[in-house]
Amino acid sequence: MSAFAPEVRSRLEVDAKEIIARYPRSRSALLPILHLVQAEEGFVSPDGIEFCAELLDLTTAEVAAVATFYTMYKRRPNGEYSVGVCTNTLCAIMGGDQIFSTLKQHLGIGHDETTEDGTVTLEHLECNAACDYAPVMMVNWEFFDNQTPESAVQLVDDLRAGTTVTPTRGATLCTFKQVSRVLAGFYDGRADEGPAAGPATLAGLQIFREQQESDEGKDGAT
Amino acid sequence: MTITLTPVLSRTWDEDRSWTLEVYERFEGYAGLRAALTKTPDQVTQIVKDSELRGRGGAGFPTGMKWGFIPQGGDKPVYLVVNADESEPGTCKDIPFMLANPHELIEGAVIASYAIRAAQAFIYVRGEVVHVIRRLQRAVEEAYEAGYLGTDILGSGYDLELTVHAGAGAYICGEETALLDSLEGRRGQPRLRPPFPAVAGLYASPTVINNVESIGSVPSILRNGAAWFAGMGTDNENPKMRSKGMTLYSLSGHVTRPGQYEGPMGITLRELLDLTGGVREGHELKFWTPGGSSTPLLTAEHLDVPLSYEGIAGAKSMLGTKALQIFDETTCVVRAVLRWTEFYAHESCGKCTPCREGTFWLVQIMRRLEDGRGDEEDLQKLLDISDTILGRSFCALGDGATSPITSSLEYFRDEYVAHLEQGGCPFDASAATLFQGSTTGAAAR
Ligand SMILES: Cc1cc2nc3c(=O)[nH]c(=O)nc-3n(C[C@H](O)[C@H](O)[C@H](O)COP(=O)(O)O)c2cc1C
Ligand code: SF4
Ligand code: FES
Repeated sequence: MSAFAPEVRSRLEVDAKEIIARYPRSRSALLPILHLVQAEEGFVSPDGIEFCAELLDLTTAEVAAVATFYTMYKRRPNGEYSVGVCTNTLCAIMGGDQIFSTLKQHLGIGHDETTEDGTVTLEHLECNAACDYAPVMMVNWEFFDNQTPESAVQLVDDLRAGTTVTPTRGATLCTFKQVSRVLAGFYDGRADEGPAAGPATLAGLQIFREQQESDEGKDGAT
Repeated sequence: MTITLTPVLSRTWDEDRSWTLEVYERFEGYAGLRAALTKTPDQVTQIVKDSELRGRGGAGFPTGMKWGFIPQGGDKPVYLVVNADESEPGTCKDIPFMLANPHELIEGAVIASYAIRAAQAFIYVRGEVVHVIRRLQRAVEEAYEAGYLGTDILGSGYDLELTVHAGAGAYICGEETALLDSLEGRRGQPRLRPPFPAVAGLYASPTVINNVESIGSVPSILRNGAAWFAGMGTDNENPKMRSKGMTLYSLSGHVTRPGQYEGPMGITLRELLDLTGGVREGHELKFWTPGGSSTPLLTAEHLDVPLSYEGIAGAKSMLGTKALQIFDETTCVVRAVLRWTEFYAHESCGKCTPCREGTFWLVQIMRRLEDGRGDEEDLQKLLDISDTILGRSFCALGDGATSPITSSLEYFRDEYVAHLEQGGCPFDASAATLFQGSTTGAAAR
């Protein structure tokens, strides 16, 4: 038996069974259940691994082999906010490298380290599919577009001061644990928050609308 | 001549609450599904074949043909898996698409599932985009409530379950067979082919895997007809030498107006830059990727090459995901290539030796060169190692890792040599940033 307290375990079991029911074969539930245990503990602990193994009839070695393969599963308690800076080539060159080194200095921590107050875990990220908003940061997997070293420092200061922070394209910031629950497939009712798109997403559409207007203008003149 | 944009997938993105069913239905939402359900599954597949839609996930395989490979009438269930893992560096189209209009993808998934006779479909979305996942989750809920998913869809007798599945951070899971292993609850490592997924995919059952944009294009084809779709794009007598339909071009980097531009296949980068204000003011184009970091770099010489499968192939590169990453003359190509190489080495799943060992050594040599500790022989070593990886790796990640190296050596050998001669990087990294002068920082890693 895993070492979760009985009431925690029975609560998680209900959720885990709901996850398993979504798939034709139970093992497919492993990734979401790992997100679920991360939502409980803020990382994937040995207890969490045992819980997954028991529920899915796997060995703990099998579960651990999967958990360590994926970068989103944390092996140590994560801060309340995962603060990621994209340092893949495009963002890095546009300023991501400078942002990341500024944050390291400002927070006094390195990659995959957490501030002493437990609020911020700093990471460098690979391309997060937002290159048209470079340089890009992600906080708890929400988009913070078009960042500068100054805006990045302000952002982490706000997070540490408990000031409400709103992503550029996303919902009001949730904690790392809350977000992990969404990743496990439990919708939190926040889809209607935030915009449909940012300016770069709409750049083509906007030019198209301008083209149309000017065509109509011409038609009107003839 | 200025090109005309053709917003189809993007047509609703500037509407208030564009992600909701209510808005989507005002823009012919689910009309493509209604049209599909009046036809037989094989007729739907034929329409997609006739449209000449090719996969938008990188490889450009004909979508209708892929559906046609699914053996029918066997006793195994058939699955559709939508590849929403979007992680190829530079690629940023599927994520904003799903954020703004998840319903068009869901509609496409229902049509595709109907065509291949699947009763269960999955959307495998990368985990690092929580708001996109929320929008998908809510849209799936809405689609069930409205009878577009579940049992007896729109009274047709057709049943489909659709599950949104979040990944957990691993580029390799975008490779279709690694994605299947991941969806089965395993480490995401590519599988040996054959058997191909069409025969033995998810749970060893026949499976179609398609990119978000491919599936998202299907509703418009059903609404407007195959001829409408094939009326856009490039022409040639040989079907393999033409590219049809509209597509999302993602412009990023040192440009005046980065963003998503939906236009016909076969426009040129010059046309797109002319339309959008060009390279950032006071600078000029140095190099660019046509379709993500795994597609060989191109230069200003290639501004007039049509952005089509055949056009870019003719320039010794690949259209890939149409991720147009633009770099101006302030960018050090060695630094850029080093960072991509570090990415491939980090993301190599380790299953095969050429890629695992090769990418490791490529990083060591590239680091030496960027720091000015390399020598002339290193340039040949880069090419030799690339040669061992290319075509000998188990999956296309290994091949992709060699693209930036070999293409940059082809076009910018002098710049590598300048690093050797000067004993370091001749570029000022701060000049390449968007906030030049405000901060100077050392390299991040
Ligand atoms: C390393 C690697 C990563 C890939 N990542 C993606 C991805 O994120 N999304 C995607 O659609 N295809 C990706 N692909 C391509 C898929 O293997 C596959 O060709 C594609 O999903 C098929 O869909 P399509 O025919 O609709 O393009 C990747 C391939 C490789 C080798
Ligand atoms: S080429 Fe690289 S990523 Fe692909 S299977 Fe081999 S080691 Fe894994
Ligand atoms: S390179 Fe940073 S989001 Fe793509």
